[in-house]
Amino acid sequence: MANAMEIYQLLPKTNCKECGKSTCMAFAVSLLSRELTVDDCPPLKGDKFKSNYEKLSDMIAPAKGASESGMIVHEDKCFGCGNCVVACPVNVAEDPLGAGIGRAPTSDKVILRVEDGIVRTSNVHDCRRFGENKILCNGCIVTCPTEAIEFV
Amino acid sequence: MVILLNENYHVCTGCALLCDDIEVVIDDNVITEVKTACRKGVSRIKGCNEPMSPTVEGQQVDIDVAIGAAADILKNADSPLIFGLGNSTDGAQKKAIELAKQIGAVLDDTSSFCQGPTLEVIFNETVKSCTLDDVRNKADVIVYWGADPSNSHPRHLSKFSYFPRGQERQRGWEEDRTMITIDIRKSHTAKISGDKFHNIPLQADEEFIDALIDALSGKVPKVPFEYDPKRILELANILKNAKFGIIFVGLGLVYSLDNMDPIVKLMDKLNELSNFHLIPMVGHYNMRGFNQNMFNETGHLNRVKFEKGNNTKVQHGAEFSIVESLNEKKVDAALIIGSDPLSSLPRAVADHLLNIPVITIDPCETFTSRKAKVTIPSALSGVECGGSAIRMDGEEVKFEPIVDVKSQTIRPSDEEILTRIMEAL
Ligand code: SF4
Ligand code: SF4
Ligand code: SF4
Repeated sequence: MANAMEIYQLLPKTNCKECGKSTCMAFAVSLLSRELTVDDCPPLKGDKFKSNYEKLSDMIAPAKGASESGMIVHEDKCFGCGNCVVACPVNVAEDPLGAGIGRAPTSDKVILRVEDGIVRTSNVHDCRRFGENKILCNGCIVTCPTEAIEFV
Repeated sequence: MVILLNENYHVCTGCALLCDDIEVVIDDNVITEVKTACRKGVSRIKGCNEPMSPTVEGQQVDIDVAIGAAADILKNADSPLIFGLGNSTDGAQKKAIELAKQIGAVLDDTSSFCQGPTLEVIFNETVKSCTLDDVRNKADVIVYWGADPSNSHPRHLSKFSYFPRGQERQRGWEEDRTMITIDIRKSHTAKISGDKFHNIPLQADEEFIDALIDALSGKVPKVPFEYDPKRILELANILKNAKFGIIFVGLGLVYSLDNMDPIVKLMDKLNELSNFHLIPMVGHYNMRGFNQNMFNETGHLNRVKFEKGNNTKVQHGAEFSIVESLNEKKVDAALIIGSDPLSSLPRAVADHLLNIPVITIDPCETFTSRKAKVTIPSALSGVECGGSAIRMDGEEVKFEPIVDVKSQTIRPSDEEILTRIMEAL
């Protein structure tokens, strides 16, 4: 995934503040966290920055689908293998005889499940990466063959 | 063991994993939502983009007319070929064997050019096999060799091998299991095995097996390509210490070997030192069933020719494979069931199919059906008709149709069509 510096390099770097941020670097950070979108930078939409605009749009996945916890599922990449569903420690704890042993989830409390061949999220507030006792769980990231899940 | 189903669950016939935990939402007898199946399974369950129609010489006809025309072709043929059946139920396969006996046909399936050799050493008990449930409950060392299940059998890792908890594997994949991938490229599956991925050159599997056997025997492993012997020793060490090991044999491995001897040798060595099993990565949902039904009936897995009028006489051999039969132009009509040889076989081989009358039985249009003289649309098995099939590990899975088969739009099953052809003969 891109970092703020890589994004910054593609911005106009004029600190014009038209996006509402005080600097282009601050705008880069907002892009990264999906607080703002590429279209919030008016100069970027001019001809001069056309190719940068396209590169940035590619780099930053659309924020739609990003859950409140910052999880993004790239649906086009997911083919429903269920690895993340079975590997997620919350799924295992909540549904030891369903998702935990590789079968269809039998509990409403799971975070990940597959529907129509694509992973769907629910109960994201229970994800171990969030909340007071958060840990850097990466169960659903390292088990995905296609990098379909990322966190912002 | 027959796997019993929770009555709310359906079976996916998208591949030979036959996942038996699928839920669907049905609206007006149309499946609108499929839960838990992978994308490949969803597209199978939701049906074909281009359903096939009954035709004779390209003209749309009534299905009974198409069945009659098929019977005529088979009646007039001296040496008909029946091919396919990997996507048909056990019932349809048994029917096809009966038909082949009645008309003295050559009978073969895709296994003659894919997993046939692996199944043969398992059926003959030359190597040890086990069930996928054993793998889930016990396996601590899992090897995918020349296989990329993430694409071919998407739920293989999550449902049975690496990720699920099992009776003797309670602590999860990070602690309780090791997954190794051996392949010629870094596939999606290889990516998941991380530093346990062994990237070997094309056609080098036999040399790699020999080196591995050396390493297992305490010798310094040598391969004729650049490869750190330490990595082979490390691998040998993991295999040696396995409590319950499994090798999943993919087509990549089968294709690169002339015969199964190297695999048998490796399995023998592994079983001197530890406890290893073999399962072939069978593709079509009931290809193993075809081989099993043929084996029960004839003692052979595939590539047979029955003698017309004398249904106890059966010949077997490489010359009766689809490839040889077409190459040598030894068949003069073909009945293709749920298969698309014109796209899966090399053009030069398949060309003969363009010169002889071809009948296709399939739910969907295929390249082969577009060139066929007679096409007979059949029910999508597992969705529009029930039956049973043999999972890649040899377990029988029974299934009911998912949609309501009393509805007008449902087409007859392969089995019914074959029965009606036999009646018309
Ligand atoms: S980060 Fe961990 S807890 Fe959160 S969804 Fe992924 S696997 Fe589950
Ligand atoms: S592991 Fe990746 S591809 Fe598989 S279901 Fe999860 S997000 Fe989709
Ligand atoms: S892995 Fe195979 S059987 Fe299981 S849902 Fe996917 S296509 Fe269907």
